[in-house]
Amino acid sequence: MRLRKSVFATNYRHAYPNLWDIAALVVVLAIIVVLAIAAKQMSSPFDLGEPIAIHLSTLYLPDYALRTVMRMFIAMGVSLLITFIFGTWAAKSRHAERIIIPTVDILQSVPILGFLSISVPTFIGLFPKSMLGPECAAIFAIVTSQAWNMLLGFYQSLKMVPSDLKDASRLFHLNAWQRFWRVEVPMTIPSLLWNMMLSMSAGWFFVVASEAISVANQSIMLPGIGSYIAVAIEHSDMQAIFYAIAMMLGVIMLYDQLLFRPLMAWSEKFRTDLEPNDHMAESWVVDMFRQGKWFERIGYFLAILRDIVINIRLAPRRELSSNSVLKKSNKILFVLTWVCHVAIYLAIFMALGLLVKFIAQQTSLKEVFMVIGLGLVTAIKILVLIIICSVIWIPIGVWVGLRPKAAAIIQPIAQFFAAFPANLLYPIVVISIVHYHANITIWTAPLMILGTQWYILFNVIAGTTTLPKELLMAAKLFRVRGWLKWRAVILPVIFPYYITGAVAAAGGAWNASIVAEVFNWGGQTFHAIGLGAYISEMTRAGKPAQEALGIVVMCLLVVIINRLIWKPLYALAEERFHVE
Amino acid sequence: MNKHEVSSIIHVSHVSKSFQKGKKQPLKVIENINFEIKPGEIVALLGKSGCGKSTLLRIMAGLIEPSEGEVFYRGHKISEPVQGISMVFQSFALMPWLTVLQNVELGLEAQGISIHERRKRALRAIDTIGLDGFESAFPKELSGGMRQRVGFARALVVNPDILLMDEPFSALDVLTSENLRGDLLDLWYTKKTRLNGILLVTHDIDEAVEMADRIIIFHNNPGTIKAELAVDLPHPRHSQSKEFRQIVDKIYTLMTTRELGKGFAAARMQPRAIGLGYRLPDVQTSDLAGILETLNEPENKGRMDLPELSEKVFLDGDDLFPLTEVLEILNFARVSQGDITMTPEGITFANADMLERKKLFSKHILRYIPLAKHICDLLDQESKHSLSEEIFLKELEEYFTEQEAERVLTVMIGWGRYAELFAYDFNSGVLSLENPG
Repeated sequence: MRLRKSVFATNYRHAYPNLWDIAALVVVLAIIVVLAIAAKQMSSPFDLGEPIAIHLSTLYLPDYALRTVMRMFIAMGVSLLITFIFGTWAAKSRHAERIIIPTVDILQSVPILGFLSISVPTFIGLFPKSMLGPECAAIFAIVTSQAWNMLLGFYQSLKMVPSDLKDASRLFHLNAWQRFWRVEVPMTIPSLLWNMMLSMSAGWFFVVASEAISVANQSIMLPGIGSYIAVAIEHSDMQAIFYAIAMMLGVIMLYDQLLFRPLMAWSEKFRTDLEPNDHMAESWVVDMFRQGKWFERIGYFLAILRDIVINIRLAPRRELSSNSVLKKSNKILFVLTWVCHVAIYLAIFMALGLLVKFIAQQTSLKEVFMVIGLGLVTAIKILVLIIICSVIWIPIGVWVGLRPKAAAIIQPIAQFFAAFPANLLYPIVVISIVHYHANITIWTAPLMILGTQWYILFNVIAGTTTLPKELLMAAKLFRVRGWLKWRAVILPVIFPYYITGAVAAAGGAWNASIVAEVFNWGGQTFHAIGLGAYISEMTRAGKPAQEALGIVVMCLLVVIINRLIWKPLYALAEERFHVE
Repeated sequence: MNKHEVSSIIHVSHVSKSFQKGKKQPLKVIENINFEIKPGEIVALLGKSGCGKSTLLRIMAGLIEPSEGEVFYRGHKISEPVQGISMVFQSFALMPWLTVLQNVELGLEAQGISIHERRKRALRAIDTIGLDGFESAFPKELSGGMRQRVGFARALVVNPDILLMDEPFSALDVLTSENLRGDLLDLWYTKKTRLNGILLVTHDIDEAVEMADRIIIFHNNPGTIKAELAVDLPHPRHSQSKEFRQIVDKIYTLMTTRELGKGFAAARMQPRAIGLGYRLPDVQTSDLAGILETLNEPENKGRMDLPELSEKVFLDGDDLFPLTEVLEILNFARVSQGDITMTPEGITFANADMLERKKLFSKHILRYIPLAKHICDLLDQESKHSLSEEIFLKELEEYFTEQEAERVLTVMIGWGRYAELFAYDFNSGVLSLENPG
């Protein structure tokens, strides 16, 4: 499996942030604050309408599951649209690229769950007295959790379309629309699908989290598995919790078999390495489609339909373009670029001012330091968790990776667990904590990594499977064993893969901290010490300035850690330990 | 447009191309190219790799704009791909996700031809080119030769007037490429297509002589036309025949002769002088030694015919010329009239043991390669006798693109390491003097 995809879009030679990164960061943070202000104004006089009843009867569960899945697919559609539009734009225009890519890079690493409290009232305001508001808010949350890595992957593969293929498509007079569907999209499909799958896996977590949230002392519940389990927790209904978990397992299983595997098998044909590959992804669904006569018919009609779409004439055929037109538009473009640059600088300046003013007015310096302190507590918790998980999963991953048969079995299982929304399992841990009166700060910490530790495992497995057989044989021949073997042979090879996995795990943990550090059980609320708990507490209490402060600090911490620790490590891994 | 121009299929007139990167010196790739392709002709553009042949081909296809000059197709100026000109790529450039049939249909699809019509025409082209039975295969299932056949079918199905071929056989093995060349000539002479002309870009001398009616020899840095010669041997041509070999010999001579002007005789005795902006070819020191050893074998007496040497060491012109060029520059050998002769220093090198060779090599690169001297001088001036590669890269970027500068420095570092002149640390990118004096 090609599990490893680059996690960073920007150039490795310059691992440290440049002007555009900082600009993007400022703008993103400022937008958050603006939304927070707007949200505050809207949420207080706003009537949330009738509370939506969530039934704990199992009869309702399939319907809830269906609604959750629907949200998921709508969000995926929106994410794809965003990917196609902005990914293409960034790949085609140098100016757009300079703004879009750093922005997306930042958006990718900020904790999305923190924004839920902002986006929910905003959308309710947009669609008053209608379910559409909360629905859109939930979908928006899922989109923000999945669009970015898809967009980056798409953009990167668009940039990698071989110049010969571009030349050939121009030489044979394909128009831009035909080129997009015949050359560019196919080129990006393996990476796009892989990123879609990663996004879907992450998305289950967010769909569950975004269905039931409380903002400004009001709780909003959308019919779905997430709300079902939230109500179950409220009622301390163990049985219902287990039903929800079982239902989710079923849903993920179906999704895995009916969507993930067939798509992976289908995407094999879009791989550009022109050699037949040894390990083809397989799927019984695809086999069924390929063998069935009836499906063949459908396939034939689909092919005709595709042909019509791809070859639709949007405009009359172009005649030879004259150079003068080109030159003139270049001039206009130059002026436009210049205007854009001025506007961007102005925007950055204003955003910075706004950000400082808003937070400074409503909070004290003492509070800022306290929040930074909380952030560091959460950071340390995550670091310790990553270390513990690495110690556990690296040896296991290597053991599995060295045995192709075991890898073939374990790999899909790890992917399955990665897709399972870990927040559904929180109640089980919570029950134990309450029962044994354990330390909340320490024992809720593992919850943060529960859902994302799998990234470490399957990246290590993937890395190990790339270990050249000759290297292992050479090691055996020279009797390289024990720690020396790990240090000289295994660790260097898996290092880049491990880093990719660890970045994903850490990013997920920051997000999870917002839902994992605070929990309710039977009407009682428990708080762990940490930034995640602070953010959700402030959200519940309806204090937007404090909430914004918490999110800003979290974003900054994540971005700084990414840039100063992960990215240089990744660059090092790429350069030093890359095995061809 | 005068009559003369219209009588040709393609007319290339005063075409130059340079690539400008930032505020740096523009990099001239080809300069003032003039030639024509007339109906019924196969023309070969022959030159070493990196001499701008492919750039010229892409200008002729309308894929890139020339910096100066114009290209006319049937009297009309070309500024973007036009119908009537088709092309075959070295890398095949097939869409991996499309079947053979879909790949061949691509050009017809773009013209908006109906699905039935294009299927009919594509199947006919597939038939003509000998791909029967492979219609539903994906390119990755095919061998290199079959893939290039798809490339030909795709190029021919649009009924082109002229076919441009960019090193179409160089990614194939010897037998396959011979087979494909034969089939293509067959198509051409039996007039199974509507082709009126073929332009073949190649670095392979035998290939050019086998196929072309006229050979245009390119010279690099920047690419210019060096010579032109007609080949009027009847087809099929046999590469071992005496007439064939004579033409090959003549081309070797043309390709290795330096334009020296008046001081020809005197200059012949001098090693070829180069500057700091010289593009060191990608040459391994072990290959240089190998050539010198071959020349030094008793039966050769330090002198060999280039085609003969090429066969002996299994290197075609494209791989051999960089080696002979470097040997000339380093004053280990001289090339003239298609022959290579060792200098006394070259003979000493061939007879020396490993350590002496290194010493001799180091002496010669310091004397004849300005870049080596320059690096050593700068390192010597430093108190720690070490400097970051970035400094040298910056300097080289005055002459080359970023990528080319990196390549040249890498070659230089390889030679410097062999000569034990300087060391290089990969992790830090630092160059340091081996034996600070």
